[in-house]
Amino acid sequence: MAKITLDNLAHSYLPNPSSENDFALKELNHDWTDGEAYALLGSSGCGKSTLLNIISGLLHPSQGRILFDDKDVTHAPTAERNIAQVFQFPVVYDTMTVRDNLAFPLRNRGDDPKYIAQRVNQIAAMIGMEDRLNQKARGLTADAKQKISLGRGMVREDVNALLFDEPLTVIDPHMKWELRTQLKALHHEFGHTMIYVTHDQTEALTFADKVVVMYDGRVVQIGTPQELFERPAHTFVGYFIGSPGMNLFDATIDGSTASISGTQIDLGAGYTPQTGRTQVGVRPEFIKLSTDGTGIPARIQRIEDVGRHKIVRLDVNGQQIAAIADEGANIAADTNRIVFDPKGINVYADDWRVQPQQEAA
Amino acid sequence: MNKTVNQKAWFLVLPVLVLVAFSAVIPLMTVVNYSVQDTFGNNQFFWAGLEWFREMLDSERMWNALTRQLAFSAIILAIEIPLGIFVALNMPKKGFWASFCLVLMSLPLLIPWNVVGTIWQIFGRVDIGLLGYTLDKLGISYNYTQDFIAAWATLIVMDVWHWTSLVALLAYAGLQSIPDAYYQAAKIDQASRWKVFRYIELPKMAGVLMIAILLRFMDSFMIYTEPFVVTGGGPGNATTFLSIDLVKMAMGQFDLGPAAAFSIMYFLVILLISWVFYTVMTNLDKRDGV
Repeated sequence: MAKITLDNLAHSYLPNPSSENDFALKELNHDWTDGEAYALLGSSGCGKSTLLNIISGLLHPSQGRILFDDKDVTHAPTAERNIAQVFQFPVVYDTMTVRDNLAFPLRNRGDDPKYIAQRVNQIAAMIGMEDRLNQKARGLTADAKQKISLGRGMVREDVNALLFDEPLTVIDPHMKWELRTQLKALHHEFGHTMIYVTHDQTEALTFADKVVVMYDGRVVQIGTPQELFERPAHTFVGYFIGSPGMNLFDATIDGSTASISGTQIDLGAGYTPQTGRTQVGVRPEFIKLSTDGTGIPARIQRIEDVGRHKIVRLDVNGQQIAAIADEGANIAADTNRIVFDPKGINVYADDWRVQPQQEAA
Repeated sequence: MNKTVNQKAWFLVLPVLVLVAFSAVIPLMTVVNYSVQDTFGNNQFFWAGLEWFREMLDSERMWNALTRQLAFSAIILAIEIPLGIFVALNMPKKGFWASFCLVLMSLPLLIPWNVVGTIWQIFGRVDIGLLGYTLDKLGISYNYTQDFIAAWATLIVMDVWHWTSLVALLAYAGLQSIPDAYYQAAKIDQASRWKVFRYIELPKMAGVLMIAILLRFMDSFMIYTEPFVVTGGGPGNATTFLSIDLVKMAMGQFDLGPAAAFSIMYFLVILLISWVFYTVMTNLDKRDGV
């Protein structure tokens, strides 16, 4: 177990990267605190796997350093780093039995056979494969194979970190919950540093203490699920997390009021003058429908009842937005305006969140 | 499920039947026909029963040729398979040099058998051949026309030169089909190079290696042209393999009956060994699968 430090880290798959766009992973400084569970969240191709492979040493970064407990391991081979990693698609050693597969990492370091036998049984119980230990791995189903991969990742007790690269993609939905819960339990029990790559926000938010959101090779926000929900630091976070994502309105900001397509909105806090493209972001949860002539003119297009609540799709000046209404709420037919709950308003300049003056002070 | 009965469907099988009849069944039957008859020329044939088979089974000449043949196949397999795997493991995985190596490796495979024989026949000559001349100058006694060991060594090296590429290319194809994740997982699991080979590369290559072994066995067991061109079966009978002996018997001595009996047994041996080989391999596969 170790603290992992990324120091000025960046990576490009091109031999001579010239502009920032050539980098798959843009310059990054970050400490992964020892014993914490992180989720690395982002859409496909945003550099999540690149970052993971750099930490495990499968990839050498174009620039910067990686430190494990302040020891530089940037150029250390994977085997030396003592890291466990589970990949998106199951990797099992076909010709070995399930037992040999699980024992493989321990045997490679020459651990005591008695300890290996005991540890393998423990892991087998954890992944629910005790009765299939003597079977060859080749004939198993994809999710059984992936469980073996997970088991092989967890079999070493002293790894510096456990890395998961979308490990539950091939697993049945009900099994996903079970395995994720087990991973969490494992984390509480042994306190490994865990980094879990996923593009599924539910997975990220339920698994992790802290979620790292990546976008276009950059880490755009690191925070608790609540922070990501209430104060998205980047419009991408707002849009990517939440269902449906955050609504964004082009607006001109003047002190504590914003003007959205001609309507004045109270922001609830003062902002310094901004340059560039300014937007107001409001999550659907903080949008209220109104009939009394205040707020921004809007027209209801359709209402989706998803069981827990209703999603109201509206048209505001040609733009599609969403609002969430309680399941029992009666949506008036003459709804023609929307109002914002001030505590759910965020202001963005060129996609990055602007701190309101009071908050900054 | 109900089966549809349509006897006209047999016509669809007809082209294959005709083709196989002319390419395999009829020629084979001609040989069978010769093997049970005796002739004194003039196209007059007499019934001989199984006499030729009995004679051939008692013939020391045939057993010697078979022994030489088995030894030859065993030696070249023992060299070409490991060497081919070794070459495949060391070939570049992608980029310009991968293509370059592939072309280079395919070159020997494109050369006709008799040309390969001629190349080595000249290459090994002490008076004008680069190899023979050099060895001679180095003080190594080398003369494949007179020395039994030199003759065998020449044929083996020639076969290795000619066919290791095939094994290497097949093994390379097998290696290319292994996803990167396997190697990455092995690194994560701290596996040694040997274990990567033993538990990842070898199992993934098993299928193509089986084909390589089968092809190389059948081909080397039937080898004719190259030894015929290089040594002509000599010195003495040292490199007279089965098919060389067979041709000598059938065309040289015109002993059609014994030669036919001989070739049927030859055919059965190849069939038998290939079948045993195939069965063992597929069973290994099945046993692993359960």
